Amino acid sequence: MKKDTIAAIATAMSNSGIGIIRISGEESFQIIDKIYKNKSKKILSEENSHTIHYGYIYDGEEIVDEVLVMLMRSPHSYTGEDTVEINCHGGVYVVKRILETVIKYGARPAEPGEFTKRAFLNGKMDLSQAEAVIDVIESKNEYALKSSISQLKGSMQKKISEVRKQILYHTAFIETALDDPEHINIDGYGEELHQVVDKLLIILKKLIDSSDNGRMIKEGIKTVILGKPNAGKSSLLNLLVGEERAIVTDIEGTTRDILEENINLGGISLNIVDTAGIRDTKDIVEKIGVNKAIQSAKYADLVIYVVDVSRNLDENDFEIMKIIQDKQVLILLNKSDLESVVKKEDIKRYLNKPMIEISAKEENGIEELEETLKRMFFHGSIFFNDEIYITNIRQKAALIDAYESLEKVNESIENGMPEDFYSIDLMDAYESLGSITGETIGEDLVNEIFSKFCMGK
Amino acid sequence: MKYSANSVWENKDELDIAVIGAGHAGCEAALASARLGLKTIIFTVSVDSIALMPCNPNIGGSSKGHLVKEIDALGGEMGKVIDKTFIQSKMLNKSKGPAVHSLRAQADKMDYTRTMRSVLENQENLEIKQAEVTDILTEDIKDTDGNVIGKRVVGVQTYSGCIYHCKAAILCTGTYLKARCIYGDVSQYTGPNGLQAANYLTDSLKSLGIKMYRFKTGTPARIDRNSIDFSKMEEQFGDERIVPFSFTTNEDDIQKEQISCWLTYTNEKTHEIIRNSLDRSPLFSGMIEGTGPRYCPSIEDKVVKFADKDRHQVFIEPEGIHTNEMYVGGMSSSLPEDVQYEMYRSVSGLENVKIVRNAYAIEYDCIDARQLYATLEFKEIDGLYSGGQFNGSSGYEEAAAQGLVAGINAALKLLGREQITIDRSEGYIGVLIDDLVTKESHEPYRMMTSRAEYRLLLRQDNADQRLTKKGYEIGLISKERYEHLLEKEARIEEEIDRLLHTNVGTSKEVQTLLEENGSTLLSSGTTLAELIRRPELSYEVISSIDKQRPNDISLEVAEQVNINIKYDGYIKRQKKQVEQFKKLEKKRIPESINYDDVKSLRIEAVQKLKKLKPQSIGQASRISGVSPADISVLLVYLEQYRK
Repeated sequence: MKKDTIAAIATAMSNSGIGIIRISGEESFQIIDKIYKNKSKKILSEENSHTIHYGYIYDGEEIVDEVLVMLMRSPHSYTGEDTVEINCHGGVYVVKRILETVIKYGARPAEPGEFTKRAFLNGKMDLSQAEAVIDVIESKNEYALKSSISQLKGSMQKKISEVRKQILYHTAFIETALDDPEHINIDGYGEELHQVVDKLLIILKKLIDSSDNGRMIKEGIKTVILGKPNAGKSSLLNLLVGEERAIVTDIEGTTRDILEENINLGGISLNIVDTAGIRDTKDIVEKIGVNKAIQSAKYADLVIYVVDVSRNLDENDFEIMKIIQDKQVLILLNKSDLESVVKKEDIKRYLNKPMIEISAKEENGIEELEETLKRMFFHGSIFFNDEIYITNIRQKAALIDAYESLEKVNESIENGMPEDFYSIDLMDAYESLGSITGETIGEDLVNEIFSKFCMGK
Repeated sequence: MKYSANSVWENKDELDIAVIGAGHAGCEAALASARLGLKTIIFTVSVDSIALMPCNPNIGGSSKGHLVKEIDALGGEMGKVIDKTFIQSKMLNKSKGPAVHSLRAQADKMDYTRTMRSVLENQENLEIKQAEVTDILTEDIKDTDGNVIGKRVVGVQTYSGCIYHCKAAILCTGTYLKARCIYGDVSQYTGPNGLQAANYLTDSLKSLGIKMYRFKTGTPARIDRNSIDFSKMEEQFGDERIVPFSFTTNEDDIQKEQISCWLTYTNEKTHEIIRNSLDRSPLFSGMIEGTGPRYCPSIEDKVVKFADKDRHQVFIEPEGIHTNEMYVGGMSSSLPEDVQYEMYRSVSGLENVKIVRNAYAIEYDCIDARQLYATLEFKEIDGLYSGGQFNGSSGYEEAAAQGLVAGINAALKLLGREQITIDRSEGYIGVLIDDLVTKESHEPYRMMTSRAEYRLLLRQDNADQRLTKKGYEIGLISKERYEHLLEKEARIEEEIDRLLHTNVGTSKEVQTLLEENGSTLLSSGTTLAELIRRPELSYEVISSIDKQRPNDISLEVAEQVNINIKYDGYIKRQKKQVEQFKKLEKKRIPESINYDDVKSLRIEAVQKLKKLKPQSIGQASRISGVSPADISVLLVYLEQYRK
């Protein structure tokens, strides 16, 4: 861990009125000095503790947002360290943008539960809270692990692995030569390495850019549509996706996971897992399909359960209702245009959740669906886990770190530094990229040296 | 036969520390403990083989040279002895950065052995005894209620039955434990060079609960100088200006005529001979069970693994001045004798070679070093220490480094003083020992510069600045030497400060110097330090325009000034990383911790932590299978525990 000042979004990631970014650690004041400006050219590191300052956050020349900045000096803060809190306009985009700026100027994204951990370690919390602290670390870690590695897109993972492989190979070559200079001569190797690094920089640049538009992990409320075959799930999805055309999406132009659609409904971003694949299958396969859908519903933030009111509830319906009991659920009574054989009370007996009548075919009830969603969202009954955003930011920060390390390699080559200096930055890049794919260095370099190069003696 | 009940007797001499084995680890251990005032006895199966170099005839090399410098900076002996006995010297990687400059010297083996033996013989408080130690004697440690809570060393017993009482023992058995030498289908239960193996101690150690491994390594043939055609080889000279290993050696005193080494190559025919005989290799037949090192593969390994290479380098190195034997570097082997003749004779210049000693592989018992603390004391046996190849390392320098640390700590313990550990940011010795006691290893461990994460700080040129203070505090470095270092450091600091604050303008003299050295001309004034930072310039190059330079700057001060200014940016970066590292290193884990009580640690982590008993959070974080989340949990727990 090279940077010790951490940053995170302290408020919920939603389009609410206000957002707070918290920075903690020795360099908090240095960082805010680099990005905060106001009319009277105030330097915040010279201001008193526990004061609030109005001004703007800048990323270089560009204004990011109009903010209020609160300063708290060690030990009088939540973590006990120098702390800066930036109060900005709510809105997912602005909040993220400020966090990214803070990271760009020297902080690193906090690990799960790290603020709480620091608060505890610095004696800011009661001993009785220790277990709670451990629980936070544990649960957040588990989630972060799930969301970072398993959700990393395949193509992304492949590219990063390829870049890492090349970095390791060239570092191992340099190290072998340093270890056994009488067997291997690397004079003039810099030129060749420069070309390799140039290529790697292009790949990383593309990944960084795509992380801006596409995001490595899809964000939004993870929503799964469940329902028995022919309940109208596909029509609903078509309807929702159709609506989406008029709305901006996060995932434009990137490789799409065919199972997922990102849509925006009434200003709320939904990441819909489409279980419509089971609609044409029969009996046993159907059963498997339902199980599969339920599987994906397990980690969902929201389940939309589509009921076909023109047919009686069957065992599939009962099974679904049983399994989604504890989830946040929105029940859609579809085919309200047809004669209804299922009554609200019939369902309520098994599953007491908000219900809306719609007709996907007639495109009725969509407004009510939006309204209900908004209500659930703003009342806090559904929320998405911030960890996905944080993971994305963390990964982008790691990509940028790797990029900068490789730039330093080129710089060393251009400045005529000796070859042993290259491997320091090469391995830094290797480590940063590994943090994205969840791999550590361990004995990688030594193993590579032995497996790829012939040592003397 | 080992002693009978009748032959058991007690030696009543008062002893503090017994060192078992007089190789490179044993010698350093014994000298350190005797020099710290402890009555020390060193056992060896043969007094003639003290500080023997049974494999390559050189000391130092990449990263190993660093170790020798560090041993010297702490107050060890290896550097001084090689400075007296080398026959060729070379600074490797001179065209690379200062962090990877590595000194290597060819030794006169006999002379090295004799010189080290003489140091031992003349050391106060040190007694040499030719005897094989077969048992480590211990007694139970009991708490106030009489419950057994551990074991402590009380003595050792030899093959003849004699019991020596001591308070600590240091195991430095090298490759001698149950050693077996093998080539082809011939095998002998001997140590290296046909010396007597130590066949009993393993059982005693096992009965103390120590977990043993079996490793293997190998050595090439020694050949007769008179049978070599040097006209077909390239001569390899030493450096023109010889640099000493020891900070106490005067450079001018060691400039001398050097002996050459020779370079030749294997060829397709050699490889064919080897390939055709692979089925006769003891590795192939399963006769060798031990795990061999990947970094020093036998020639048959190289031919198989790197089949695309049409030749491999072979270095012919003298074993000494008073012998015609030469070492065939790069061609260690365990192939049968007849194949050895055939393959060596296929090499250019060796067509008529006479083999004096055959190449062989050697298998031996050693330990899983994770049973040790970083002080090199066994976690489960009070007063038992170990160092060297016995700990699963390889190489003379690695052995000496551990021997020194084990010797120092055994002595400090008996003196009731705090033991020392060297951490990864202080020296290669720290990296070596931390790796050995923390990471699982399946082959003899060799030092490499790539293992040192802070290598820009761990240079061979500043080993004294890193470790001599420690050596002085321990008591192995004289006051005079320590004061010399303080003076040197003050001079370095002064001089750097002066260069940072001395401005130069665009005078004709300055521009001419820049032009002569292919450096961009100045458009405005700058500091001398800025000029030194330019790759094509250095402290030495700019001396003519540095008018106020004091005329008594020594070469060693000049070197430090140059490096510190030139690589300032990189050095600062690593220093910052070291700060982070130290934070976790300083967080000690109490020995009484019960990991089962730490809620939320993953099971794998609990098992590993219980087994390895790391001494600090930093060490815990380097154990494979312990995740960052486990470390967080542990930190929170320790905080709670502390209060």
